[in-house]
Amino acid sequence: MTSALPESQATVILRGIVKRFPGVTANNGANLEVRKGEIHALLGENGAGKTSLMNVLYGIYHPDEGEIWVNGQKVTIHSPQDAIRLGIGMIHQQYRLVQTHSVTENVVLGLKEYFFFPEKAARAHILELAEKYGMKMDPDARIWQLSAGEQQRVEILKALYRGVKILIMDEPTAMLTPGEAMELLHILRRMTAEGLTVIFITHKLEEVVEVSNRVTVMRQGKSITTLETTKTTQSELAQLMVGRDVLFHLDKKAVEAGADVLKVERLNVMNDKGLPAVVDLSLDVRAGEIFGIAGVSGNGQRELVEAVTGLRPISGGRIIVNGQDITQSPPRARIKSGIGFVPGERWMALIPGMSVADNMILKNYARPPIGNGPLLDREAVAAHTESLIKEYAISTPDRHTPIKRLSGGNIQRALLAREISEKPSLLIVAQPTSGLDVGATETIWNLLLEERARGAAVLLISDDLKEALALSDRLAVIFEGQIMGQFAAREANLEHIGLMMAGALRPGLAAAKDNSTAGESA
Amino acid sequence: MKLPRIRFEKRLTSPRWLPVASLAGGLALAMLTIAIIFAVLGVNPLVAFQRIFQGGFGSAYGLQETITKTIPLILAGVGLTLAFKGRMYNIGAEGQLLIGAIFATGIARAFPDWPSFLLIPALFIVGFLGGALWAAIPAVLKTRFRVDEVLTSLMLVYVANEAVKFLVYGPWRGSDTRGFPITDEFSAAAQIPSIKSTRIHYPTLIVAILLAILVYLLLTRTKLGYEIRVTGENPDASRYAGMDYQKIALLVMIISGGLAGLAGMGEVAGIHFRLRPPEAISPGYGFTAIIVAWLARLNPLAAILTSFLLGGLLVGGDAIQIALNLPAATVQIFNGVILLFVIASELFNQYKLRLEV
Amino acid sequence: MLEFILAAVRAAIPAGTPLLYGTLGEVYAERSGVLNLGVEGMMIMGAVSGFAVAQTTGSAGLGILAAAIVGGLLALIHAFASITLRVNQVVSGLALTMLGLGISGMIGKKFVGQPLAARLQPIHIPGLSDLPILGELLFKFDIMVYLGILLVPALWFVLYKTRIGVTLRSVGENPSAADALGVNVAFVRYAAVAFGGMMAGIGGAYLSISYAPAWIEGMTAGAGWIVVALTIFAIWDPRRALLGAYLFGGVRVLQFRLQPLGVSPNLLNMLPFILTILVLWLSSGQAAKRRIGAPAALMTAYSREER
Repeated sequence: MTSALPESQATVILRGIVKRFPGVTANNGANLEVRKGEIHALLGENGAGKTSLMNVLYGIYHPDEGEIWVNGQKVTIHSPQDAIRLGIGMIHQQYRLVQTHSVTENVVLGLKEYFFFPEKAARAHILELAEKYGMKMDPDARIWQLSAGEQQRVEILKALYRGVKILIMDEPTAMLTPGEAMELLHILRRMTAEGLTVIFITHKLEEVVEVSNRVTVMRQGKSITTLETTKTTQSELAQLMVGRDVLFHLDKKAVEAGADVLKVERLNVMNDKGLPAVVDLSLDVRAGEIFGIAGVSGNGQRELVEAVTGLRPISGGRIIVNGQDITQSPPRARIKSGIGFVPGERWMALIPGMSVADNMILKNYARPPIGNGPLLDREAVAAHTESLIKEYAISTPDRHTPIKRLSGGNIQRALLAREISEKPSLLIVAQPTSGLDVGATETIWNLLLEERARGAAVLLISDDLKEALALSDRLAVIFEGQIMGQFAAREANLEHIGLMMAGALRPGLAAAKDNSTAGESA
Repeated sequence: MKLPRIRFEKRLTSPRWLPVASLAGGLALAMLTIAIIFAVLGVNPLVAFQRIFQGGFGSAYGLQETITKTIPLILAGVGLTLAFKGRMYNIGAEGQLLIGAIFATGIARAFPDWPSFLLIPALFIVGFLGGALWAAIPAVLKTRFRVDEVLTSLMLVYVANEAVKFLVYGPWRGSDTRGFPITDEFSAAAQIPSIKSTRIHYPTLIVAILLAILVYLLLTRTKLGYEIRVTGENPDASRYAGMDYQKIALLVMIISGGLAGLAGMGEVAGIHFRLRPPEAISPGYGFTAIIVAWLARLNPLAAILTSFLLGGLLVGGDAIQIALNLPAATVQIFNGVILLFVIASELFNQYKLRLEV
Repeated sequence: MLEFILAAVRAAIPAGTPLLYGTLGEVYAERSGVLNLGVEGMMIMGAVSGFAVAQTTGSAGLGILAAAIVGGLLALIHAFASITLRVNQVVSGLALTMLGLGISGMIGKKFVGQPLAARLQPIHIPGLSDLPILGELLFKFDIMVYLGILLVPALWFVLYKTRIGVTLRSVGENPSAADALGVNVAFVRYAAVAFGGMMAGIGGAYLSISYAPAWIEGMTAGAGWIVVALTIFAIWDPRRALLGAYLFGGVRVLQFRLQPLGVSPNLLNMLPFILTILVLWLSSGQAAKRRIGAPAALMTAYSREER
């Protein structure tokens, strides 16, 4: 099916894209128009629908509504192979490379043109492409010998080799060192100079301004606007990205903050790939306060909380809880020292196939009244579970029901109930309401405020800025494993927060730019 | 090349009857498949099934023999329910069984003069130790060096196999055996008593049933059992709650190996009263125990029942061997097909399957 | 002494040939990411069907062909269970071995005790076979021995130097990478597993048509398990498979010759399995895994949805 070209300049047009998943609408009428030869940034917070929209364009998702136009033709894209045939390539955050194979073998995998290896023609073509776009590349190197930046170049070569004209890159600098990121931006400019088009998913304002020609801002599954990069500023983009309706007040009783419960001093943690994820991070959380950490997820939040709870080894720094140095303590000892933890990845803290009762005792099974010598006291388990179900109004057929059968809100309520019932002096909560509806969110928020009123120190990790602002007494913004700024939530300046989340406003600079809002420094 | 695709959809909810229904459906399909195989090979399946049932359960003698073969299956099978619950894929129970038999023989040979009230408990203890030791090798390789336990435990079966042969052909070959590769008969004190005129060595049977109950209680009523279940279902949650993975993995392997070792001890000290070549000690009880455990859906009490069924199948297999002139291995068709269908049917509890062409 | 060594080599090569076929096939299957513990079952089915067809048609070649087909079909059961239904590969393979042992007994019942009329004959290579010592040593085997040897460089070449091999190994290393480039992961795995089954079938048929030209129930006697061990011992490389097969084949025949010298055959027989455990242990480190290239996705089912 073909129709007339609506706008002659555009090489890709997405119109009214709607993509629904069970319980979530990822895209809700998103539009995008990309011109030939430009670098087009797609900017938005986590969950704004950027990646989902691009997966629609690349044929991984099938849109529920909406149209896709490529080079003036209305198209239906069933699979990545269809997309590649249309000249569209996509590089995901997770590279898809065969670690033990050579660069050449990875690049030509799936192509039918060659039969014998190592193929000289393929090798020569790869070298030629690499040269053309300013990439250094050894076609015979094994992938595992390459750095993250070099591996990304292999992914780019895979796309170029297949004659891709439009390249989508999902958070391409997330895994790179600053030097490698600079090189990448250089390569991308070379590509557009040759007439290729790049769509660049990011949440980093600096990069948008640095590299893109135009930028489309997305929020809550919709495209908000498209701007010429030269005609906008980082602060305007930050506001557009975060939205203006973020201020939302909840009835918070005044609570006198007490002594420091958690002190983190110059913490350094590596991620799973062995790269620094948390860098020289220090913070303190007091009794009776909610300390929020805002930021786009993937900036070290997960590594930070796993380090504090003892689930991840650290490479430097100290962790002190209630005056005791727990840096070397195993997870069990930290639980005993009064740390409660609701992780962002819920199923890490629950056993899906086991009953509600079995899930409710995960933290206290080892000691009385649940643990009785080597035995489990089944009556105590029942009593404990029933009281939690009642107190926290967990909706379940009975305590024997596997917990995976409950609704999302009830699962989260059960998890929080278990952690709260331990009366922790430090409660760590990550993304407590992600995926929950309004009613469930309100319940969870009130539970957290009650913990604060009880005198617990609450460390709240959230990539939902609305939530972080509504609940926190003090708020810090994390970016690439570092605290960009820290202030009283009452005095928060949205523009600054947006800039910090996007890495455009760094510590030191914050105080210089606006003394009135930088309440406390990190 | 276009192949029809089977797509899986994870079930968000599933009715309570589903696990029972899928197991029953799987077994029914397995029986149908076996019937077809028999028919194709020119054996009337109805006659064969009837003879097997008759042979295993239809006479007093058949039942006695079935119970005799149930004993090692309960022991090894219950051990495997525990290991599989804790996500340790011990498939080397056969080897652990044989090492248990060797250890038991060692004690019986070393202390023939001990009174039976000492010697018989000693047999149980060393039988357990032998199997536990053999299972500890893959367990330590797994916990310390992340070596996959499936392959190592399997390889050790054949090492154990050769170890038994080595002993009966070599240093332990008896003096009054007329050249047969067997050890001398154990002293009377080292012979586990049987119910009169049967081969049911009841002390082992009682221990097996008690252990099944104990393992059931361990899993459902104790802190350790809770840790095993959590670790098996979700290792991440186990870490999150501060459980000691190494300890749990090692323990379930050692217990499961120990139980298999008891099974081997029972065979040599309760039936043969001597060590014999491996195929004479066990017709593959350690592998059949895998079916026992899966068929019981990893419930140790249910494993008593499934052991009885598979024990009956073994006896019935012997019966058709004689009655229908079929080879001894015929019963393996049942084992293979049942195992395939039981494990495939489990999938239907978690997924809905859709065919897309 | 020379005579002893000559006799040993002369015996080890045919004894290693069924192991070689089985191992070459299993190397391909495991390279695609599918462990098949059903080798013993596929070999014994190959042995019985090969014998039955050779005996009834009078053609050894047809017997071997039939064995390959039967082995391949049996392997497809494992492929369907482990690739399509995503059943645990270990359990599915074990079930296949049980099934093969059971069915082969029933099929072979009427052939027990029959001598094979259409056995494979040693081929005479003019010139070479007449050489003193060397001719006797290396050039008086049947065609399947030489075919097996020729398959080693051929399969090595395909695995490392052609598109087929690159695709196959990619699927076994990182199926999602292959899938993203349009490779049909399921099809590649089906093909590799089926090929493994055919090779195991041929290996079994070699036993019943050439090595011990007769059908004896359970005649593979654990050869399939040695194949599983050898595949790891060979570190998934056809060239080392050749070495390993003749070595382990040698161990199997030499046990009787060495017995008078005081070497226990049983301790010798443990060697393949102990060596395999050692290889697994030594290759357990991350760095070692990369260097020697154990298939990273071995024993994991692939599904696009649950990446």
